[in-house]
Amino acid sequence: MKFIRQLSVIMVISFAAELMEFLIPLPIAASVYGLVLMLIGLITKIIPLEKVEGAADFLIEIMPILFVPPTVSLIANAEALKQMLIPLFFISFVTTVLIMVVTGRVTQGIMRHDRKKGEQQ
Amino acid sequence: MNEILTKSVFFGMFLTLVCYEIGLWVKKKTRLSVANPLLIATLIIIAVLLLFHIDYDNYQNGAKYIQYFLTPATVSLAVPLYRQLELLKKYPKAIIGGIVSGVATAMVSIFLLSLAFGLTHEQYVTLLPKSITTAIGMGVSEKMGGIPALTIAAICITGITGAILAEAVCKLFKIEEPIAKGLAIGTSAHALGTSKAMELGEVEGAMSSLSIVVTGILTVLAVSVFANLI
Repeated sequence: MKFIRQLSVIMVISFAAELMEFLIPLPIAASVYGLVLMLIGLITKIIPLEKVEGAADFLIEIMPILFVPPTVSLIANAEALKQMLIPLFFISFVTTVLIMVVTGRVTQGIMRHDRKKGEQQ
Repeated sequence: MNEILTKSVFFGMFLTLVCYEIGLWVKKKTRLSVANPLLIATLIIIAVLLLFHIDYDNYQNGAKYIQYFLTPATVSLAVPLYRQLELLKKYPKAIIGGIVSGVATAMVSIFLLSLAFGLTHEQYVTLLPKSITTAIGMGVSEKMGGIPALTIAAICITGITGAILAEAVCKLFKIEEPIAKGLAIGTSAHALGTSKAMELGEVEGAMSSLSIVVTGILTVLAVSVFANLI
């Protein structure tokens, strides 16, 4: 029953998130509202971690399986895929390396800058 | 017989779970980053549907119940983020600075390349959320008028690229601090990259998983501005 209760908390938040998606005229998906709601709940301790932990970890563990059905719908989008096959591969590949380099160098730069400043003081 | 097989709700569910299990098995046996269970499962299912002339709708008829759990699963991502909040409080400037620069790089580079390739609005917004976790990226693509299935394909290619190249890129560009490595991998290659970051070390893994959700939320905000450019 503990698991069911944890799952209910997550479902209540998911429902509230869908209500927000319906009521707020912003192009943001319900899941993102839900994620933020849950985070606020946890930080303010309105939702104690142990009241959702088990079910949340389970859902995250099985998450890759949940993406199988939407990915299979590639079959229904074969024509659209064909039309952008090369840009899709090229852009996905190039930008991944670019983002990795910029994020890594910027983070490292800030850390080393702060460390130097700390030593000087 | 074919009628019962394809009209049953359990057919799509069963096929999805069994194929994912096969994907996990191949991943375990080969230990290759390219052997992504999601990719393998998808390819097998598509092959089965085409080979046995099963209608895509018949598959989706059962498989959609699996997909319904995506929103609650994404909501659950708040739990690991909450657990790592201490890290964020410890290095706020470096972490926020790194992730913001990564998201900005993503938006600008995807915009410029899409322009160069002459992509349509639909194709452009399909690619915009390609570096974030599928859970958030799929919703972004859908909301902006993209093609969610292709966004997932781009997210997969991104994750596999990131996982394979992470070590080489960090070495080549002298990214040495474990915190910087973890953030670089998580911001560019979401959960797939994070599994690689976890192999590199505990700090790398924690930083990488922290950046998945933060990058996802920042990208949602950034996309709402960038989506209208093409």
